[in-house]
Amino acid sequence: MRVSDNDMCELIAFTIGDQEFCVEVMAVREIRGWTPATPLPHSPGYVRGVINLRGVVLPVMDMSLRLGMEPTDPSERHVIIVIQIGKQFVGLLVDSVSDILTVPATDIQPPPDVSKEMDRDFVQGIIPIEGRMVCLIQLNALFGSIESEAA
Amino acid sequence: MDMNEIKEIFFQECEEQLAELESGLLRINDGDSDPETVNAVFRAVHSIKGGAGAFGLDELVAFAHVFETTLDCVRSNKLQTSSDLLKVMLKSADVLADLTAASRDGGSIDKSRTSVLVKELEAFAKGTPLPVAAPAAEPAKQEAPAAAAPEPAEDSGFQPVPFSFDDFGDEDDAASPVEAGGGGRSVFTVRFKPRSDLYAKGNEAVLLLRDLAKVGDLQVRCETDTLPPIDQLDPEGAYFSWLIRVETDKDEDAIRHVFEFAEWDCMFEVTPGADEEAFAAQTVLGEDQPMAPVPFDLSMLDDEPAMPVAAAEPAVVVSMPAPAVAEPAANPAEDAPLAPPSLPRAEKAIAAEAEKKDATVAAVPAAPQTIRVDLDRVDRLINLVGELVINQAMLAQSVVENETGGSSAINLGLEELQQLTREIQDSVMAIRAQPVKPVFQRMGRIVREIADMTGKNVRLVTEGENTEVDKTVIDKLAEPLTHMIRNAVDHGLETPEKRLALGKNAEGVLRLTAKHRSGRIVIEIADDGAGINRERVRSKAIENGLIAPDSNLSDEEIDNLIFHPGFSTAEKLSDISGRGVGMDVVKRSIQQLGGRISITSKPGKGSVFTMSLPLTLAVLDGMVVTVANQTLVVPLTAIVETLQPEKKDIHAFGPTQRLIAIRDTFCPLIDVGHILNFRPDLANPIDGVALLVESEGGGQRALMVDAIQGQRQVVIKSLEANYTNVPGIAAATILGDGRVALILDVDAVVTASRGHALSSEMTLSATG
Repeated sequence: MRVSDNDMCELIAFTIGDQEFCVEVMAVREIRGWTPATPLPHSPGYVRGVINLRGVVLPVMDMSLRLGMEPTDPSERHVIIVIQIGKQFVGLLVDSVSDILTVPATDIQPPPDVSKEMDRDFVQGIIPIEGRMVCLIQLNALFGSIESEAA
Repeated sequence: MDMNEIKEIFFQECEEQLAELESGLLRINDGDSDPETVNAVFRAVHSIKGGAGAFGLDELVAFAHVFETTLDCVRSNKLQTSSDLLKVMLKSADVLADLTAASRDGGSIDKSRTSVLVKELEAFAKGTPLPVAAPAAEPAKQEAPAAAAPEPAEDSGFQPVPFSFDDFGDEDDAASPVEAGGGGRSVFTVRFKPRSDLYAKGNEAVLLLRDLAKVGDLQVRCETDTLPPIDQLDPEGAYFSWLIRVETDKDEDAIRHVFEFAEWDCMFEVTPGADEEAFAAQTVLGEDQPMAPVPFDLSMLDDEPAMPVAAAEPAVVVSMPAPAVAEPAANPAEDAPLAPPSLPRAEKAIAAEAEKKDATVAAVPAAPQTIRVDLDRVDRLINLVGELVINQAMLAQSVVENETGGSSAINLGLEELQQLTREIQDSVMAIRAQPVKPVFQRMGRIVREIADMTGKNVRLVTEGENTEVDKTVIDKLAEPLTHMIRNAVDHGLETPEKRLALGKNAEGVLRLTAKHRSGRIVIEIADDGAGINRERVRSKAIENGLIAPDSNLSDEEIDNLIFHPGFSTAEKLSDISGRGVGMDVVKRSIQQLGGRISITSKPGKGSVFTMSLPLTLAVLDGMVVTVANQTLVVPLTAIVETLQPEKKDIHAFGPTQRLIAIRDTFCPLIDVGHILNFRPDLANPIDGVALLVESEGGGQRALMVDAIQGQRQVVIKSLEANYTNVPGIAAATILGDGRVALILDVDAVVTASRGHALSSEMTLSATG
């Protein structure tokens, strides 16, 4: 995502455990509750499987596991954020959606050079908001890796 | 709409015309003597030529022109159809198709082939006893009777041809006026009366006249008599006509050529000789005519109520019981010779209607109306209907689960909904369904080419070409079919000499049949050739290590060896079928379509290849099974039988392999749950069900699943759309409970199990 200095970014924030993340609002198609997924054989562990989104077969990714944290034990309270990149749809399994943010692009700070566990590639930047810290997820990186890992 | 789009439409139409052309020629070849068939063929070539001219595709125009000329001779009965002629014409149709393809995709075609055909066509056009309006090469041959040739425009329906019989008289007396100018210059009289269509299409009479002036010296008179009073003038109407005297050293064709692209939209007539009388007469042409002009076929108007046709009065063209008729009657005489399109509106409307009516009648056996629709739109509709089907199933299921008081109204409504959904689904599927005809027609050409190459006489007989099947199936059918046809002609049929020696007809017959059978389409390719040489196949298979030298195979098993991937006889085969592509590839492509293929062969009598294919790739008949608590769908086409394994039938084979005994043969048992990584350990076969499946190599495998839930038709959903290809899984579907179920890729599972077997075998041999 390229932003110029005076652009405002609209973001959807969600929680995983006690951490807060966000994605660009334009990429989000819908947010829905968790429904059991059909597991896919020979796929990476963070791919929970596929669900039926009104006739579309939608792969669902466990974001917690994807970011190197504990696997999610999904319940009815968990949500799936359906995002679209290019022509593909994918569902992100997260604990809950917490906020809709509008921040100036200049507020987005580059990620610090420390995180080895949480794959740095997935974090595009961090945003301070009222004393909280929200990580902006790089969606393209999330996507591109599915295919190479699954193959 | 830009030029490229228009061009694309032209090429699409070309394809239709080419198909029309070929089927017409084939009908004539089969003895169809209906003049309408010849007309249809002529029209097809003519339309291609016309369109190609508009796009400046000169090569295509040139060839189409020669072809058209020869066809015109056939059409006007100057040339008798013969099998030789039809052979050349069919080849020409092929070349025309090639030229069209080359014009579309770039590239070029073999010029020598074109030129040979051009010569042959021209020879046919000239080599007849009757004088023929030959192509420009032979102006000297241009003689009077050509004038009697039916106007090319005639079959466009409403086409008044008011020629004067005087002309014929003149010619009989002497060939005088034709060669009037001396020095080989001839004189023609051209009557040209544009219809409003001509202007509507952007043509312009003046430009046509200017072009005509390049042919020779003109003497032009514009007839303006038919111009109505200004208050009755239709601003888009066509009122003028022209009488032109052409003195030229060229022939009639050169004149016709000028009007070529306008001829459907005007009344146009060329007569040899100068109609000096017509020129002399200033306005009262009508009275000079010895014969009453009949501007249009009155029979067309038969079903118009109470039509008082004033046949006795040459001047009045049509009189309607409408008030408007008063006007034209005012100046009937001037109106007569070239009148019809200039009739005032009321009558014009009728004329147009008649024209329309006639056009519909002329359309070859009442073709149903069609529209072009973007395939994407149809696919979208099909997807939506797929969703509807799933939703309906979900709804039905939840009603059953919730026991909604057993309300009969709800159940009744649900039942009706189910019925409707079914019907909608069927109708939508029918939109995509197309007859196999185009593919079959392409095969005709392939047979001709190979027959030529191999020097064999082959007749292709097609049956059931109107059998419909989903477009995707049709698209993917051409390739395997082509290959099988090539094989059948190249290997199946004997040479004419050999056939005669065997007491068969020198001409081999290849029968291509399509029919529906129990919800599938069955395509058969039958030849009456030598049949499969089992000895050779067997020795070849032994040579390639496919079977043990002492193995005992049934005839059927030997025949089916030709589908084996290792059975490649490519190095021995000819150029035609042995392009490194074996029958195994054919089998694989058929299987990818969810189909099966088999062969039966009788030595000396021929072979029959039978393909059975699903009617659509959007839905699939599957067996719904449970594997490690997951629901999977196994395509029904892959399953040969299901069986309940018993303990005594299961035999361990190495550390991980197990075989199941089925009627004295041992078949590898594959635990589907294990191979898909759904469970780490192998399940106990006795607790499950075995599905005997046939895989690519022709070998059978038993797939072990936990339980069978039932058979169901499922809507196929791509996994690749949002994810990626998953090994062992062909696609996904959505079941009645709204959950996604995966469709098993049987071949991939079998292949994967083979790899497994290979490694364990190696372990065995290493330890032993």
